[in-house]
Amino acid sequence: MRAPDTILPLRTDGLGFTAGGVPILADVDLTIEAGAPTLVIGPNGAGKSVLLRLLHGLLAPSAGCVAWDGPAPNPERRQAMVFQRPVLLRRSVLANTLYPLRLARIAGDESEMRARAALSLVGLAALADRPARRLSGGEQQRLALARAAALGPEILFLDEPCASLDPAATRAVEEIVATLAGRGTKIVMTTHDLGQVRRLAGDVVFLHRGRVREHTPAAQFFAAPASAEATSFLRGELLW
Amino acid sequence: MQDLASAFATALALIAAGDRSVAQIVLLSLRVSLTALMVAALVGLPLGALLAVTRFPGRRVIVVVLNALMGLPPVVAGLLIYLLLSRSGPLGPLGLLFTPTAMVIAQAVLITPILAALTRQVLEGLWDEYAEQLRSFGASAARAVPTLLWDGRFALLTVLLAGFGRASAEVGAVMIVGGNIEGFTRVMTTAIALETSKGDLPLALALGMILMLIVVAVNVLAQGLRDAAGRWTG
Amino acid sequence: MITIMRRTALGAAFALLALPTLAQERSITVASTTSTEQSGLFGHILPIFTRETGITVRVVALGTGQALDVGRRGDADVVFVHDRAAEQRFVSEGFGRERRHVMYNDFVVVGPAADPARVSGGRDTLAALRGIAAAKAPFVSRGDRSGTHAAELRLWQAAGVDPLAGRGQWYREVGQGMGPALNTAAAQNAYILTDRGTWLSFRNRQDLRIAVEGDARLFNQYGLMLVNPEKHPHVKAADGQRFIDWLLSTPGQQAIAGFKIGGEQLFFPNAADAEPVS
Repeated sequence: MRAPDTILPLRTDGLGFTAGGVPILADVDLTIEAGAPTLVIGPNGAGKSVLLRLLHGLLAPSAGCVAWDGPAPNPERRQAMVFQRPVLLRRSVLANTLYPLRLARIAGDESEMRARAALSLVGLAALADRPARRLSGGEQQRLALARAAALGPEILFLDEPCASLDPAATRAVEEIVATLAGRGTKIVMTTHDLGQVRRLAGDVVFLHRGRVREHTPAAQFFAAPASAEATSFLRGELLW
Repeated sequence: MQDLASAFATALALIAAGDRSVAQIVLLSLRVSLTALMVAALVGLPLGALLAVTRFPGRRVIVVVLNALMGLPPVVAGLLIYLLLSRSGPLGPLGLLFTPTAMVIAQAVLITPILAALTRQVLEGLWDEYAEQLRSFGASAARAVPTLLWDGRFALLTVLLAGFGRASAEVGAVMIVGGNIEGFTRVMTTAIALETSKGDLPLALALGMILMLIVVAVNVLAQGLRDAAGRWTG
Repeated sequence: MITIMRRTALGAAFALLALPTLAQERSITVASTTSTEQSGLFGHILPIFTRETGITVRVVALGTGQALDVGRRGDADVVFVHDRAAEQRFVSEGFGRERRHVMYNDFVVVGPAADPARVSGGRDTLAALRGIAAAKAPFVSRGDRSGTHAAELRLWQAAGVDPLAGRGQWYREVGQGMGPALNTAAAQNAYILTDRGTWLSFRNRQDLRIAVEGDARLFNQYGLMLVNPEKHPHVKAADGQRFIDWLLSTPGQQAIAGFKIGGEQLFFPNAADAEPVS
């Protein structure tokens, strides 16, 4: 465990986001602690992706704030994010993995070592010299994970990483996520796949219409959802 | 028709004979235009990339000005540079008027806005795709510029070709600032203009065909490079 | 990435540096007229001069007015043109050192073979111009302040005709060099005043032929001036003067006389004439 050298917990206070006058998120008060993965779920348009982007700092909040309450400095350098559709540079697999390491000014030898280790972790070591954009969809997402993992982030945001993948590729991504979580990386991940939540989640954040309806340990969420919306959602009923 | 046939025969004869003065003119044309392209690329590509990734007050004005400058009449550019480089002008002491360097400057001035404006267009699409990911990596806009230039390199090759085409086809500006001095500043286009004015239309047309041949060869080369590399990167 | 950009920058810098080094040879710049350049005279005489002196001569061929302007701005070392009045002004303004006669040729009036103004075959230029104006037959004018343009305007004035009255109709000013003006005249079956040298070397004559020649008024004197180094200190006075002296010397004058097209001499050296007919 990372012990005192940590940027966690992550706390939001009255966090809100408005786009073009339309409120997307409002009054989000969350505390995300180190530990097992936090899964953010909710119907389409609930504001899951926006929440992740606010937490990661890609969007500036319209209201409230995001605070890293841990003692470690430079929280922006200790987090990474993987997007639903992986954004791969027009370079080789290895060069893609090296890019953020070089950006973080990690020395040549070490960045090469870390990049290759991350590629082995996701099973792409043999494809290191291939052009990244020639990989299959599942391979591309694994590469995006390797690229983020190579940075050794304390917290990793995953925005629907399996949304466009087939079951086999999804299983591969889940295995990688579980491995990273097991190594102590805090995972914050959105999904609309309840099976995935059961397989991975430590705790669940349930979003509905831009508000946090529940934030409970996964077991409790599935056993006894507190809100009517969550109950319907679990039953597979359409929510809006 | 007879003129065309005769021009074609003349062009072939000139190429077959390896005419020394024609070869010299061709080489100077290539040297001037490629140097101008390099200079313009050093300014235009980063400028275009910067405009693609940054949003600041006045950016739209710069974009509009760049787009307008793409249509800068070569004669006007030539005249401005003539007045700057003339011995009586502010840069007169450099003694650059009527030299190949003056022609490089004129062509670079003409194509820099083209390279910058086209680069901005090409890289804006790429930036749309990359922006979030690069910001997630903590890359600043300035740091994104070389990344976009490198990742957009094959599309930018087309931009460079457009610049090269415009530079090598240009006659008004290089005529004014180069002076069309035989054996020193005479390039393909000014030679064509000269032969036309001497009424030797077949020779003028033959030179024009050779110029086209060169431009086509450069394009084929670049396209081949692009295709080969494009197959690799996807 | 950065290394690549650095390399490109270095390469560009070297390429730029490489261009001026070609200019290191000993050379002078001469502002002259399209008639001397395009007739091929310079192609004939300059190699002889360069062989004798090691000085390369770079000729910028423009209309006389523009050539004198280039001299005024100090962008040439020697001016070699044909418009006596403008040349004298150039010298009296202090831009040129003394003006020297170097050679002459003559103008000819050329026109379509059909000769709509019925002026062909005569020697009287003024009568021919009056005939062209009366018939409103198309006439192409250089319209570019060149020596030929100035000579043409003097001839109209002497003929008592104001051609500008026919502007836009039969009197067509093209504002270009001799060659393009001849191309235009050939395309439009128009009359035009041209120097004989350009006419003889002109290849796109189509239906044009000489209508008037041999009139004393068609005399065309070329003058030679060093750009005044007191106005423009960077002028290569010694080498420029060397060029002038050579053109005026026997070898130079012989070189001029030796230039022929189709066996016909184009320019007649007359450096020795103190005050030639004009």
